[in-house]
Amino acid sequence: MTVERREAKQDSPLAARFKSWWSNPWGKPRFLVLFTWAYILWSLVPVAIAVQFGFNAGRSRSAWQGFSLRWYFQDPNLSVLHDPSLRAALVQSLQLAALTMLIATPLGVALAIGLARWTGWGARPANFLMLFPLVTPEIVMGVALFLVFVHLFGFVRLGTMAQVLGHVTFTVSYVVIVVRGRLFSVGREYEEAAMDLGASRWQALRTVLLPMLAPAIWASLMVAFAISIDDFVISAFLMGDASSTTIPVKLYSAARLAPSPAINALASILLFASMLAIAMALVIIRRSRKKEGAGGSAVEDFAHLDL
Amino acid sequence: MSEPDDGGRRAVGEKRWLWPSLAAPGVIWLVLLFLVPLYAVLAVAMGAPDPIFGGALPAWNPLAWDPSEFGTIFGEIFGGQLGVVFLRTLVYVAVATFLSLLIGYPVAYYVSRHAGRWRVPLLLLIIAPFWINYLMRMLAWVNLLSTDGYVNQVLMFVGILDAPREWLVGKHSTVILGLVYGYVPFLILPLFAALDRIDPRVIEAARDLGASPARAFFAVTLPLSSQGILAGCVIVMLPMFGDYYTATLLSGSPRTNMVGKLIEQDILSGAGSGRGAALTVVLMMFVGILMTYYLYSVARASRESRA
Repeated sequence: MTVERREAKQDSPLAARFKSWWSNPWGKPRFLVLFTWAYILWSLVPVAIAVQFGFNAGRSRSAWQGFSLRWYFQDPNLSVLHDPSLRAALVQSLQLAALTMLIATPLGVALAIGLARWTGWGARPANFLMLFPLVTPEIVMGVALFLVFVHLFGFVRLGTMAQVLGHVTFTVSYVVIVVRGRLFSVGREYEEAAMDLGASRWQALRTVLLPMLAPAIWASLMVAFAISIDDFVISAFLMGDASSTTIPVKLYSAARLAPSPAINALASILLFASMLAIAMALVIIRRSRKKEGAGGSAVEDFAHLDL
Repeated sequence: MSEPDDGGRRAVGEKRWLWPSLAAPGVIWLVLLFLVPLYAVLAVAMGAPDPIFGGALPAWNPLAWDPSEFGTIFGEIFGGQLGVVFLRTLVYVAVATFLSLLIGYPVAYYVSRHAGRWRVPLLLLIIAPFWINYLMRMLAWVNLLSTDGYVNQVLMFVGILDAPREWLVGKHSTVILGLVYGYVPFLILPLFAALDRIDPRVIEAARDLGASPARAFFAVTLPLSSQGILAGCVIVMLPMFGDYYTATLLSGSPRTNMVGKLIEQDILSGAGSGRGAALTVVLMMFVGILMTYYLYSVARASRESRA
């Protein structure tokens, strides 16, 4: 004790003030504040720089030469709009994401409701089966789907169809997770009330439960879109030939071999698309919470989803 | 309460099959496009090489299985080139997971306990990398670390380097940086969820009883968040074991190949799909314990939230 006190006295006033500011246990945890913000800068600034170079007027990806939209659509040959391979990748990604969203969402919503209410002998294995894709490394799923399409389901040609089937397979579980959260918070009381009033199970489902699930269904549409457009491994294994290249596959092949700011522009478009989808999902969840006067925030809901 | 109620309804002839039949399409989808493909991997791995085309002839009948491919692979793992790749993968994953934990824990801790009104904006910034494409995030580092990139420019300006360094050619440190950068966000969220669940009064009680902040942290907070640490590590390790694109983009040298790269080469070259399939099975066995743990913990969590 005394040794410590003497040491503190010997500090110069400025150093002592800094020391007490730094180590005051009741004050704000300064180190953590700095660390957290440093982490956030580290995690986002490189991406921001990459986006910035998509807008570079010159050909360089490391020297800023002024703002332009050249690499998006102005350049007649090399921009995302005019380079056929880049444009094809963009179209393929959007098409896959849209198809996946439209197939995976109904499949996943029905599966979520079924698994949440079904208590028979098959419910537990079915639940495990639903969770399995979430924990399987993507490369395993990619190899498995590739081999099954090549050797067993010969009628599925590699390319768009195989990619859609693959994307739906790993997206369904995410839809189930999003919808299930909402199912548990709604509970079964409303349906039971409807049935007590004479509705059949099916009527209760259609007229009571589905409307209450609507925000989660909309949100899962957006999540399915974002997950599909984000995928690389499954798309790469199932693409067959270059005509079904998606944006992430293009990034993989071109990032080092054919570096051009147009690649950055393409990646930025992907970024904007998935950010838009996720922002919409957040807004939907948030509005439904507000309407019900629930506390907390949509962002926290998202953070607790463990996607 | 609800038991006799349910029984009464069943007596009226209500549709008990409604819930399983809602789950059926999703379950059938997952059986056909998840379980069957996994079996196909095994069948191809146990099959004989195609004598004409040099590809693989899958052995669908378990009685016709020929495990010679596995013999070759295990021979190469213990005392061959393959052993080096497996060991390298293991070291990369272990180091990257440890570093991610070191970075992720303070961030999750700060946001869950001390962020105050900054909590939601900070969460939003932490979730953001989730929805930025992984390859886009690697592309960002390819830009930054290129010979004339910002990192070399800054290091030379400060005087640490005299000449630009080739960061992107076969450097272990660059690949590990890429893995950490890529997977930290996936670790932070489960950590956040676990830390957020801790009742702050428990920590206050420890402090009131005379524990120093450090003691309170190590005796209370850390043990209470151990589930989150375990879950987070498993969540990042599973995809890391199957990762092959990070090393390809950030190093592109056989010196830094991970197991996934060998699988990709074998499968997509067509000729070695038997070997690729066998490697996939070995990888699955490798990560099997992690997958089982994660599967059970997710299933338990979902049962708890259901109760």
